[in-house]
Amino acid sequence: MYAYDEIDRAIVHERVDEFRDQVRRRLNGELTEDEFKPLRLMNGVYLQLHAYMFRVAIPYGTLSSEQLRKLAHVARTYDRGYGHFTTRQNIQFNWIALADLPDALAELAEVGIHAMQTSGNCTRNVTADQWAGVAPGEIEDPRVWAEILRQHTALHPEFSFLPRKFKFAITASDHDRAAIKIHDIGLKLVRNDAGETGFEVLVGGGLGRSPFIGRTIKSFVKGHDILSYIEAILRVYNQYGRRDNIYKARIKILVHELGIEKFAAEVEQAWSEIADGPLTLDDEMIEDIRSRFIYPAYEKLPAEPDELRAAAGDARFEAWRGNSVAPHRQDGYAIVTLSLKPAGGPPGDATAEQMDAVADLADKYSFGEIRVGHEQNLVLPHVAKRDLPALWAALDKLGLATPNVGLVSDIIACPGLDYCSLANARSIPIAQELSRRFANPETAALIGRLHINISGCINACGHHHVGHIGILGVEKNGEEFYQITIGGRADEGAELGVLIGPAVPYGEVADVIEDIVEAYLSLRQRPDELFVDAVKRLGVEPFKERVYATR
Amino acid sequence: MTSPLQQKIKITGPSVVTANRTTDGVVIYRTATNGWSTDLADAAIVREAEPARALLAAATADDVGAVGAYIAPVEIGADGAVAPGNLREKIRRDGVTIALPVRA
Amino acid sequence: MPLVKNGQIAADDFVAVADDAELPAAGPVLISATRLLADPERLVARNSPLGVVWPNNRDVAELKPWLDRLALIALVFPTYKDGRAHSQARRLREVYGYRGELRATGQVLRDQFTFLVRNGFDALDVKKEADAHAFREATHRYTEFYQPTGDGHRSALQLRRQRHLTSAS
Repeated sequence: MYAYDEIDRAIVHERVDEFRDQVRRRLNGELTEDEFKPLRLMNGVYLQLHAYMFRVAIPYGTLSSEQLRKLAHVARTYDRGYGHFTTRQNIQFNWIALADLPDALAELAEVGIHAMQTSGNCTRNVTADQWAGVAPGEIEDPRVWAEILRQHTALHPEFSFLPRKFKFAITASDHDRAAIKIHDIGLKLVRNDAGETGFEVLVGGGLGRSPFIGRTIKSFVKGHDILSYIEAILRVYNQYGRRDNIYKARIKILVHELGIEKFAAEVEQAWSEIADGPLTLDDEMIEDIRSRFIYPAYEKLPAEPDELRAAAGDARFEAWRGNSVAPHRQDGYAIVTLSLKPAGGPPGDATAEQMDAVADLADKYSFGEIRVGHEQNLVLPHVAKRDLPALWAALDKLGLATPNVGLVSDIIACPGLDYCSLANARSIPIAQELSRRFANPETAALIGRLHINISGCINACGHHHVGHIGILGVEKNGEEFYQITIGGRADEGAELGVLIGPAVPYGEVADVIEDIVEAYLSLRQRPDELFVDAVKRLGVEPFKERVYATR
Repeated sequence: MTSPLQQKIKITGPSVVTANRTTDGVVIYRTATNGWSTDLADAAIVREAEPARALLAAATADDVGAVGAYIAPVEIGADGAVAPGNLREKIRRDGVTIALPVRA
Repeated sequence: MPLVKNGQIAADDFVAVADDAELPAAGPVLISATRLLADPERLVARNSPLGVVWPNNRDVAELKPWLDRLALIALVFPTYKDGRAHSQARRLREVYGYRGELRATGQVLRDQFTFLVRNGFDALDVKKEADAHAFREATHRYTEFYQPTGDGHRSALQLRRQRHLTSAS
């Protein structure tokens, strides 16, 4: 993980002082709500249905155990004892008082955490593959670049009042776990024929009311040039992005209206004005950032330790190992995903006690490091395989060993109408009911990889467009209804799901999803034909027929 | 942005003015005595556009104390009890419809 | 609306002149972009300082031929949430080398002062009296900056590059 230096510390503390002053001026009436709102949003503070919501950044999903303990502390001290991990590697607290926020931020700043630009029409938290640095086959650790981007976009004097929000995601793997194609800018680390490291740059992806898959704007930008190139994209967007209609203000609309070629030409023109300027990175700058990343001192360990063989007789352990444990680039180590999706639970929520316990387990088994993925699960990225049985036993006690990672009950959901002032319908109770219906691990394993995504409104925080099954809450005559799409995906083959038919009422959603899954089981060619592949082969018709024939 | 006061006010039944308290975001209702209450039972009830506009104007004028005032529908029971007029308002008054992850 | 110039509350020497009004024979004037571009040669040849109000949806590259003859460019923030003039300012200062007065007008509030100064504004037409008096405090809140701009501060990357070279030698 990245360790702050005195520059980072100064900026984060100065930011807290600034916000403390802004809150004071708001509470004594010097700032109107209209003036204050963008300022609080840029410090992660929303006003939701019942209270203020506080969104804290977890840049590129990397946390130290000390940081996770501090998040637990904030949950306990200023909130109601839990937090919600989001699809953009942030954590949200739902019940915090405005007057307490500066203190909470100051406590977080002590351990190098901030909430800068987790909301508002500015550049948001830079997200990355949650397995960055440990996944086999990566070009290099993308978090070094994500940190360079985080710094460059933090308190940017020119781009803090953009037409609309702006999100970056970055990966260095062929298999995209960071959903880069649905971000305003997606970056894929690549190496060119000359062996130089650089980026394929995608632009204009995004969900919401008008979903688009990102397009490649430039197939290779040298690493040294990435900041100036991104500056050029943002400058074009800041100048020409629409400001007359909030639903048309994202960069995806500008790219779509101009066409990618014309947009790319505008960017080239803007880039020609600033390329080779002070934004050009040199090796020393990059190395200085890289040197502040702390990497574990791995031991030389056997690939198949005795402890694993001894535990293999335990069917529950084996089910978990088969599901939640992934190969690591270092022999003898594994990447372990901690499911925050227990049957009947709100997806992505963790209690302060769970956060503390995970921090302890990270210290014991994962070199003090934790990751947060966009699927709203946690990860221990460096677990010695010999420790897997002991880790599993501990996680099982904490309710964090549900073997459903990537399966039908590993549901991504936004907070929905239970919390959110934008929502039209509830998300969490739908997710809870579905996770109960598919609670049997054998059934879930039989179904195989299947991502269900739920959003409570068209803003699509639950990424419903790119769920294998997407569920979108809408309101019809005061009642909650849900539109169902199928065939979406968020990875390197990103696609938008297709609507199967009329929206269904709240009470019927779980039945409909069960019907769709049953239809898939009877239609798939082989047990290893994934749901999303079956939909691609067959189209939506057979599923539509199954769902609406009797309704 | 159009101020809420410039928007057309259309109410179809008994309504109240509600907002969130600036200090902590708690749900509040505008009372008949130009104040705020956290209890819907204390809310001033309006049934026509003009009184609704006046109630909203007074509420919006309190920019320091309250955030985002708007008109919300209510239902009046046979016994005169006031209840939220839709699911969103019901959730705002009663809290989330799910069990919180922590044991209270 | 007090004018803060180079950190001090200052009198505004420029007189704004409407498009259909006669220009005074002498003295600094501030005119619209439309008026300037209708007859730029004659206007910049006037013997008194000339300023232009440049709208935030017009490319500042159009001003390039006249930059060294303009004493003032006023950029516009219709609301502070509309950040287009931030980009215009940086291009004028850092790309085209404009050295005259660069003034922020419109909804100019205390909480944007640091950004404005970093982007090259040296004059702020401040909306609230209290904000104008808080200029020093507001612009000294931050001691470190991640991004290099034309404001003379060394960015974090530049400082670290130095540090890296020093520790390596």
